[in-house]
Amino acid sequence: MKQDAGAEAVRARGWLRTHQWLLARRASQFAVLALFLAGPWFGYWLVKGNLNYGLTLGVLPLADPYVLMQSLAAGHRPERNALIGAAIILVAYFLAGGRAYCAWVCPVNVVTDAAHWLRARLGVRGSARLSHATRYWILAMTLALALITGTIAWELVNPVSMLHRGIIFGMGAGWIIVAMTFLLDLFVAERAWCGHLCPVGAFYSVVGKFSPLRVSAVRRAKCNDCADCYAVCPEPLVIKPALKGADHGIGPVILSPHCTNCGRCIDVCSKDVFAFATRFSNRGEPQANDQRPATRSAEAPVQLS
Amino acid sequence: MEDEGKAAARRQFLFDTAKVACGVGMLGLGLGLYTRHAGALPPTAVRPPGARPEPQFLGACIRCGMCVRDCPYHILDLAKPEQPIAAGTPYFVARDGPCEMCEDIPCVKACPTGALDHKLTEINKSRMGLAMLVDHETCLNFLGLRCDVCYRVCPLIDKAITLEQQHNPRSKHAMFIPTVHSDQCTGCGKCEHACVLETAAIRVLPRQLAKGELGGHYRLGWEEQKKVGKPLVEGIIDLPDRVPESPK
Repeated sequence: MKQDAGAEAVRARGWLRTHQWLLARRASQFAVLALFLAGPWFGYWLVKGNLNYGLTLGVLPLADPYVLMQSLAAGHRPERNALIGAAIILVAYFLAGGRAYCAWVCPVNVVTDAAHWLRARLGVRGSARLSHATRYWILAMTLALALITGTIAWELVNPVSMLHRGIIFGMGAGWIIVAMTFLLDLFVAERAWCGHLCPVGAFYSVVGKFSPLRVSAVRRAKCNDCADCYAVCPEPLVIKPALKGADHGIGPVILSPHCTNCGRCIDVCSKDVFAFATRFSNRGEPQANDQRPATRSAEAPVQLS
Repeated sequence: MEDEGKAAARRQFLFDTAKVACGVGMLGLGLGLYTRHAGALPPTAVRPPGARPEPQFLGACIRCGMCVRDCPYHILDLAKPEQPIAAGTPYFVARDGPCEMCEDIPCVKACPTGALDHKLTEINKSRMGLAMLVDHETCLNFLGLRCDVCYRVCPLIDKAITLEQQHNPRSKHAMFIPTVHSDQCTGCGKCEHACVLETAAIRVLPRQLAKGELGGHYRLGWEEQKKVGKPLVEGIIDLPDRVPESPK
């Protein structure tokens, strides 16, 4: 892995502007946690509950649609508040990019990012080969298990809720599961958990399959092939079609649902190739080979103009 | 040549798919078996009022902790992964702190999914468990004292727990036996909490552990007679009781 990714951008734009999305993301992750902790720690009950279900200011219900889906599969018909909460979350993440949950909210992201940082620092080599599609298998497995056992089985081990609930309600041995996730990412495979296995991320990637908010390689013509964006991207496979697809008639918008909208590529690019955009900004983009149908990539845009 | 390449790629694809399927299948099997373990709630852990029966509860509870937050007496807790209770689900231990039987039942109202059944609106109708005077050897009332604490603290005094007078063969006094009535007991655990012994002689148990069940064909003669309002069989001849002759 490239060690000094972003160094060129730091020289060009300064440290702060090279880390602005990363800082914003950390701020968002800790702000979400702080909202949940203000009650139990300081007595200001802004939000009650945890990421599975929370009630904000006593009026706004927000629920994790994935957990609710398992509950439905287990044969339970939930009350109204959980359904309303799940609907709001579905709409919100559809708009913001499904896996924005992973990058901007999920507490495990901090753990696995730390593991990834340490992995690079220690120079850990070798990585077990895992398919990126494994997460969808696990997603299907958790839903099947809910159906078969009639219980929300995945919640017994889910590191995401284990960590978040643990911080708010008391960790107990939940640390072990979080530590396992950390060690998995550190030693077993690069970005194993968030990038290959987590069914929560898989679920939100489905939610965000057609999300309007996307990262786009708007100025891809300026790319100098420094590969810094690949080095920092938690899902490096998503970049290439957009960045290098001009010759194949593929638009510059990263349309892969695996993209977490973390914005790190925007940060580290010294040529300012990337920017947040809408998925529709592919239209009207001058294409190299307009006539050729974009069948070369699974991440091809829906419609080319 | 190209066909060979295609065939090889297809084989590789099938192998890769099989690999992932096997791995995930193993994980699912392990988790599925663990689910069976985690579904066995220990008898000391009591679910909040209105909780659905355990198997359904584990499919309905999304582990959000809203009931824990809204309990004004802070008796509820979410299970930690190392506890023998499904991780993240709410419970209380009666001996440490019983349900205080709030009339507005805030924990049930807080539940977003109905794992705590919103149809429960009268706390006296809740059935969290069933109190049982499990140890007749240490219960002070059985020893002939008038402890009566479990009876006194019962929110449904004289309904859920009554004192039944019995002859004490060790003395000329009476024993007053705390007696739980399962049609009234809510399982709040106040009796277990208040029991003065080092280890409580009266305990809240899950109802399915505490209750027997008559065969469906049994009829209680005295109840049937009440229903009919007259003797079930007319014209039974009442024979004189045979009493042994007193020795002379």
